[in-house]
Amino acid sequence: MWCYVRAGVITLMAAVLLACSGAEQSANTKPVKINPAAATVVATPIKHRLAQPDQQMPMMAQVDFAVGRSFFRNPWVEAPSATSARDGLGPLFNAISCASCHVASARGMAAVDGQSLLHYVVRLSVPGDKATGKAGFIAEPSYGGQLQNQAVDDVLPEGRAIIHYSDVIRRLANDEQIGLRQPSLTLDRLAYGEMVADVRRSVRLAPVLTGLGLLEAVSEQQLLAWADEDDANGDGISGRANLVWDIEAQQQKIGRFGWKAEQPSIRQQTAGAFHADLGISSELIQRQNCTAIEVTCQQTEHGGAPEINDKLLNHVTFYVANLAVPDSAVQQDGDAHRGQALFETAGCQKCHRPRLQAGESKYPWLSNRTIYPYTDLLLHDLGDELADNRAVFGANGREWRTAPLWGLGLAKKIAPGVGFLHDGRARNVLEAILWHGGEAQQSRVIVEQMTSDERSELLRFVESL
Amino acid sequence: MRCKLIALAMMFYGSIAVAADEQAVAENYADLAYAVYEDALITAQQLQTATDALLASPSEEGQQAAKAAWKQARVPYQQSEVFRFGNSVVDDWEGQLNAWPLDEGLIDYVASDYSFELGNEGAQLNIISRTEVNIGGEVIDMSTLTPELLASLNELAGSEANVATGYHAIEFLLWGQDLNGTSAGAGARSYTDYMAGNDCTGGNCDRRSDYLRAVTQLLVDDLVYMVNEWAPGKQDNYRSKLLAGDSQEVLDIMLFGMGSLALGELAGERLKVSLEANSPEDEHDCFSDNTHNSHFYNAQGIFNVYMGSYQRVNGEMLSGPSLADLVKAKSPATAVSVKAAFELTAKRLQIMVDRAEQTESAMKYDQMIGEGNEEGNKIIRDSILALVAETRAIEEAARAINVGNLQPDTAGHEF
Repeated sequence: MWCYVRAGVITLMAAVLLACSGAEQSANTKPVKINPAAATVVATPIKHRLAQPDQQMPMMAQVDFAVGRSFFRNPWVEAPSATSARDGLGPLFNAISCASCHVASARGMAAVDGQSLLHYVVRLSVPGDKATGKAGFIAEPSYGGQLQNQAVDDVLPEGRAIIHYSDVIRRLANDEQIGLRQPSLTLDRLAYGEMVADVRRSVRLAPVLTGLGLLEAVSEQQLLAWADEDDANGDGISGRANLVWDIEAQQQKIGRFGWKAEQPSIRQQTAGAFHADLGISSELIQRQNCTAIEVTCQQTEHGGAPEINDKLLNHVTFYVANLAVPDSAVQQDGDAHRGQALFETAGCQKCHRPRLQAGESKYPWLSNRTIYPYTDLLLHDLGDELADNRAVFGANGREWRTAPLWGLGLAKKIAPGVGFLHDGRARNVLEAILWHGGEAQQSRVIVEQMTSDERSELLRFVESL
Repeated sequence: MRCKLIALAMMFYGSIAVAADEQAVAENYADLAYAVYEDALITAQQLQTATDALLASPSEEGQQAAKAAWKQARVPYQQSEVFRFGNSVVDDWEGQLNAWPLDEGLIDYVASDYSFELGNEGAQLNIISRTEVNIGGEVIDMSTLTPELLASLNELAGSEANVATGYHAIEFLLWGQDLNGTSAGAGARSYTDYMAGNDCTGGNCDRRSDYLRAVTQLLVDDLVYMVNEWAPGKQDNYRSKLLAGDSQEVLDIMLFGMGSLALGELAGERLKVSLEANSPEDEHDCFSDNTHNSHFYNAQGIFNVYMGSYQRVNGEMLSGPSLADLVKAKSPATAVSVKAAFELTAKRLQIMVDRAEQTESAMKYDQMIGEGNEEGNKIIRDSILALVAETRAIEEAARAINVGNLQPDTAGHEF
């Protein structure tokens, strides 16, 4: 949010700023806006709302943003091709562009029962302690760290992943019943033999990318200050930082991106996605994603070394880092205000921390801003039902990184079929809450005991963020 | 969020005379938009007359006439794109008219080595060759090709590359695929693709004719809609809502639209991306090789909004109160440097146009982007640099008249 500063109105500026930033605000909550989505003619169409540059990004940076967006959105092709900057897809891959899973640069659509997964990946590993290594897990010997369900001509896709849902009923305190769907994963058409018997599989839906540059600018000290590994303060919440390998820095750093906070930076996250999801090598990850037994994969022609050059990787990283945090999609009215109090009553803010302070960013306009992402970027045990039983670096099979909640109200407006939680099982925010267990069990119980009015106020608040 | 209180503050502290000038500039902006869209409509109707003639009696001359009409129709439309950014009524609507890049295999036959978007169910659909399609279990009846049906097929199965309508779909139907890569030559479709009976080439000439008829009709209909949104003297259209608000906000939209088209869209998406990728897939008007004109008239559109003037397709010159006037009143020196920046862009893009249009050994845009084409690459790089400088000038102009905040300060903002 910003106001025009004009000559002659300086004396009024204080009053204007007050009116813009809204009424009362407690120290730790997001400032309440008066009619934030005011019917201004400049409004961006809803579908593209999460694909806009940060409002404070300088106009001059629009070239970088546009180039990054193009390489994020447009499809990569098989090598060799006349499109040499965009060739090198595969040989094994899940998607042909970033945008094929990140719908409108945001989250993916939930899996349809019985159909091949589209906006997802399935991560693979075998048990064993690799917490201090460089990969963070031990790859499945024949299939590697991820199942690629597509391939270029002459190479066999690794297999197919399908989700089937079964119904689970949650009975709330007022006897209201909510039907949830429990996913179960089937892998078939495996082309490279059986997987090892105790393979660990983790289904991951493409997450939203809102405000990542700001989250990257939050200092490690701040995150560590919140970590409470042994629950010393006895509140039932024991957030942990995931220590992961930073390829560029060649040392351990705190992970903050990905469903288990397994990536330390947007650049590494982006290079990782190009490598594993598109089969595109980069300066950061130079190898192809073929395992030892995937011989045709190894022998296929590649699109140069690396397949995405550093300049373009940086452009895509720039694009992702500068995606804006949108204005609220839902007006913060009386219901939302009451919902905010309920959010705190239920203790949601213990992990979904409203306010963070961004430190220095390599993008100066993102530096030193107070932000309201509603996350602590730490790992928490969310219980058996959500557990994927697959560890990565320090995150165990029951732990997940607190998902940011900003912009949540836009999700279904951008694409009605989007999914929530790591595997997209939740069709809406309430379902997502009702799946919380482990450290969040107590909060969930409080929500289950609310009256239905209270629950709608809570949801109205969450969707106004 | 914009602060409405500013308007109030202006009434107390600002000069009423300045506010009145700003309102006149805002109104002239709406007049320009109206004239540009009206020209886009007039030339689209001329295109429709030409395609109707081609379809009634296919001939080489008829095809040439239709191609010429298409190029003429692009002249006002490309000048209209500056209205897209900041005006949601345009931004929400324009995809159906100018979406790009497109997977032409969705529409018609393509060469056997056609490289399409892998995994895109629509990429090889060839709507012209079939009367129904099954997408994810849903059967779509395509036996009658209507404007509404074609519009509904855009972004089929979720892929943005599935573009069934608009200028580029028509361009493909008139020119065909450009199979020359970054070498000389445009699409080379024969007029016989529209012949009846045994003279038909490419198969399904009747459906191809129906497609061209429907897609051209849709273009005309869409432009009628946009002309109405900007027409003066109407209640409840976009123009009336825009001008009823704070005129400062309109100036903000004007400057935002100019900067966004100059830098993000033209310098970034259309010039820099194609230069980085060295790929005709990233060329804007790739079937007709008319890209140089497309870029040139984009830049002209930006200049029009700044100068408050526009030369209509009938030669008539429209001119009124402008941003340039406001800048000149506040800072004559800025006015001179800003104008110089616009003129540099025009000059650089004129070089691109001249090189592409010269009678002997012309170099089209898809050749200029070729890897190792130093002369061509330089023409594009020079244009990008001029547009970057022009955007800086637009920011300077904004600062000079205290309008908008294209580059807001970074201190203490919360959201």
